[in-house]
Amino acid sequence: MDLTTDVGGLKLKNPTILAAGILGTGAASLKRVVQHGAGAVVTKSTGVSPREGHPGPVLIKTEHGFLNAMGLPNPSYHEFVRELEMAKGDVPVIASIFGSDAREFEEVALGLSKASPDAFELNLSCPHAEGYGATLGTDPRKVKEIAKTVKNAVDVPVWVKLPPLANIAEVGLAAQEGGADAVVAINTIPAMAIDVESGYPILGNKVGGLSGAAIKPVALRCVYELCAALNIDVIGVGGISSWKDAIEFIMAGATAIEIGSAVHDDINVFRNISKGIMQFLEKRRCTLDGIRGVAQK
Amino acid sequence: MHPGRYQGRGTEMMPINARITRIVDETPSTKTFFLGLTLDGKPGQFVMVWIRGVDDIPMSLSYPDAITVQKVGDATSALFKLRKGDSVRIRGPIGNGFTLSGKSILLIAGGVGAAPLAPLAEEAKGKKIKVKTLLGAKTGDELLFVKRYRSAGDLQTATDDGSEGYKGPVTELLDGLDLREYDQIYSCGPEKMMSRVLEVAKGANMASKTQFSLQRYIKCGMGICGTCCIDPSGLRVCVDGPVFSGETLVDSEFGRYARDASGRKVRL
Ligand SMILES: Cc1cc2nc3c(=O)[nH]c(=O)nc-3n(C[C@H](O)[C@H](O)[C@H](O)COP(=O)(O)OP(=O)(O)OC[C@H]3O[C@@H](n4cnc5c(N)ncnc54)[C@H](O)[C@@H]3O)c2cc1C
Ligand SMILES: Cc1cc2nc3c(=O)[nH]c(=O)nc-3n(C[C@H](O)[C@H](O)[C@H](O)COP(=O)(O)O)c2cc1C
Repeated sequence: MDLTTDVGGLKLKNPTILAAGILGTGAASLKRVVQHGAGAVVTKSTGVSPREGHPGPVLIKTEHGFLNAMGLPNPSYHEFVRELEMAKGDVPVIASIFGSDAREFEEVALGLSKASPDAFELNLSCPHAEGYGATLGTDPRKVKEIAKTVKNAVDVPVWVKLPPLANIAEVGLAAQEGGADAVVAINTIPAMAIDVESGYPILGNKVGGLSGAAIKPVALRCVYELCAALNIDVIGVGGISSWKDAIEFIMAGATAIEIGSAVHDDINVFRNISKGIMQFLEKRRCTLDGIRGVAQK
Repeated sequence: MHPGRYQGRGTEMMPINARITRIVDETPSTKTFFLGLTLDGKPGQFVMVWIRGVDDIPMSLSYPDAITVQKVGDATSALFKLRKGDSVRIRGPIGNGFTLSGKSILLIAGGVGAAPLAPLAEEAKGKKIKVKTLLGAKTGDELLFVKRYRSAGDLQTATDDGSEGYKGPVTELLDGLDLREYDQIYSCGPEKMMSRVLEVAKGANMASKTQFSLQRYIKCGMGICGTCCIDPSGLRVCVDGPVFSGETLVDSEFGRYARDASGRKVRL
């Protein structure tokens, strides 16, 4: 059974992709994830200048999923470009980038282009860094402008990563109009936790984003609506940890899926999901294309 | 031991509130904080300590129920201001810890690196394993856990200023030893010190019998964010380590560079 997937202008050995910000700080850990079966990997989001990120706790595990407020730590594209170069190898490497406006996005994309990433993923969706991410990703006009600017600046595919929104299809259409080759949904959902012993919000940044199993139904709804509205590929992300989760997203219409929080339990999750998808398809005697979007009734 | 798995899986503990029951001044720069609860940890494992409103930082277990902290910056200074009865939030034990083996072991500790090795020395003594310790610090009064090491076995000390023991780097004491007498060598301390230990061990063909506890910037402490990954293996110090065999560290970033909070490389 062949799991080869054409998605957003790239050809993948299988449809499992490492999500941005997870084990993506260095080439070595990206390569390690590839060894564990990922069909492609997305780097940590990189910006114009170094950021140390928020004070800790930056990530906590709750009964219902993970809460994080990393605060977009990154060494800047000036330094990350070397890491990206080393990360290139057997599978496509997608550079996740962020900025405060179209010009900054363009600057980072051009800076990283020297390392020839296979595609760019525009982080228009991080919920806990003032002035970045979701601040832009909720505004269809900005989404279109940023997608268009980066698309014109680089000669590789451009994916746009969206926050979970009630009107996600509208923002997705803006990305499509801007020339995006795919949209990725979703980033984490704004959330928080409070320590009852002291009354302190637990995250160093007080508020952050929820990921993991708890957000799967939300992500699935976003993907479902995007797939119904858009002509470009949709990549599903949010709470995927098993082949069943992955199949759900594909049935909703996703072309490929990204996996983040689930590496906590098992870094081999990519291989396990591919294996599970393969067995499912063999039993059903069908293909990925055959089940893609069947839930769009 | 499968390096791809989160070692704490299954037994993983949700964070708990720990009330400080006792504070001991160990040296001018270090204090031990007893946490009023016994963590089911082994030597070399660590906990994430949340000093509320400040930061969440990794600290090795220096006893089953305590951490020993050197004051170096914001979070550790805030910790130093806490009093008996104050509380911190603790998550752990995290990481793999040291693997105790053999009949005779050598420990090389420098500075606050003596914290995770002291419980190892005591566990070894309890199992009738012969323990020899080389303990180093800047000055005599900074030598940490001298009594604990002495009562666990044989101790030799070294200080930079010669105020106690040998004058010079603790690793120079290795020159007087025949490493082949030891079944396993454990080290924790400044990385330049540890990389010298590995160099000497390699020279004696004993790299595979060494274990080092690494310090890298740890953010999530759950194996998710990737901040503490080392080159070229990509292993995570927080959950695949913090203890690594010298064999894994040969020809790695160990002893050469580390990454800071933003991910920038910093020469050691
Ligand atoms: C597995 C592990 C076990 C440790 N065990 C001990 C111990 O038993 N006793 C002890 O005194 N220290 C220990 N440390 C080091 C300790 O975590 C740092 O000294 C502490 O985090 C400094 O925080 P700060 O805010 O006071 O200093 P800052 O002013 O923030 O920084 C001072 C220096 O401390 C280091 N540092 C800061 N934050 C972190 C972090 N989150 N993770 C790792 N290093 C950091 C950096 O090198 C930095 O340059 C351990 C570190 C690790 C990785
Ligand atoms: C610790 C952590 C860091 C993240 N960093 C980024 C990032 O830098 N850029 C980004 O676009 N998304 C980031 N995300 C969001 C993930 O890529 C993903 O969209 C989200 O976690 C949902 O997927 P999951 O449930 O599989 O984790 C981060 C998530 C986590 C948990």
